Amino acid sequence: MKVAISSTGNNSESRLDKRFGRCAFFVIYDTDTKGTEYLPNPNIELEEDAGQASVKLLSERNVRMIISGEFGINIKSMLDSMKIRMIVLKHPDRTIGEIIEMLKK
Amino acid sequence: MSPRPVRLRKISNPPLVSGFKPYGTMKGTPVADIVFLHIEEYEALRLCDFEMLNHHQASVIMDVSRPTLTRIYARARQKIAQALVRGSQIIIEGGKIYFDSEWYTCEACGCYFNDPEKKEAVRSCPLCKSSSVAPWDEEAVRQDEFIGQCNDFCVCTVCRHEASHTPGIPCKEEKCPRCGGQMVRKGTPHSKKF
Repeated sequence: MKVAISSTGNNSESRLDKRFGRCAFFVIYDTDTKGTEYLPNPNIELEEDAGQASVKLLSERNVRMIISGEFGINIKSMLDSMKIRMIVLKHPDRTIGEIIEMLKK
Repeated sequence: MSPRPVRLRKISNPPLVSGFKPYGTMKGTPVADIVFLHIEEYEALRLCDFEMLNHHQASVIMDVSRPTLTRIYARARQKIAQALVRGSQIIIEGGKIYFDSEWYTCEACGCYFNDPEKKEAVRSCPLCKSSSVAPWDEEAVRQDEFIGQCNDFCVCTVCRHEASHTPGIPCKEEKCPRCGGQMVRKGTPHSKKF
């Protein structure tokens, strides 16, 4: 299963990005192959609907779970129809490495 | 004057398939029109006939009024009957709907997560795998209570004793377990005469 994490940077030391649609990077972690991929978010500059564009980007990569600090109001309904699970982490000081370690357990 | 806008219907479980096709059509029969079953009609049918809820309970889950739910349900049955009789294809799509799922919280790692699949009850946190998870949404808890209030009751005409209604047995055929008097359905205009 592929898990997407919103990240502020492109290495495992960077912290979780509080925003979903306009986060700096998406980390795509595959729980089966244990591989990670850092994807620069092309939607940072968008004036509107950055969240929807990000959902589209991630759903094309068959992501089944998204971890972020917060999601916009339109996102939940979209993700529910695609059966993608959302996880809201209210601890912005967690690093990407720590979150991936939690997923590995 | 334009009509009042349609209230969005809440869909908790999207259908697994996007339609049904007839098979074994006889040669020479004309191909019937496609029946478009709306997702809200599918959901009403699922709640009423699969989950065996009454219309009142189903209407609370879909976040519409009870009469609206009954109309959606009637339309669903009519369309399915049409498809069965004429041998037409059913396509499930469209409707004024939004999808929703419930939130859970994990006490161990402090995260919030939802469960769009709903195949089985949530037992462990998807992040830290601990089992200390609880439903978070207060509104969902309140909704459960409200569904409880929509349950049907039989009430005794003599001693006003209330018993939960058994589906399939008319209330007037039930006898009061306390005094043996005749029961009627609670809340109906008829029951207020006594």
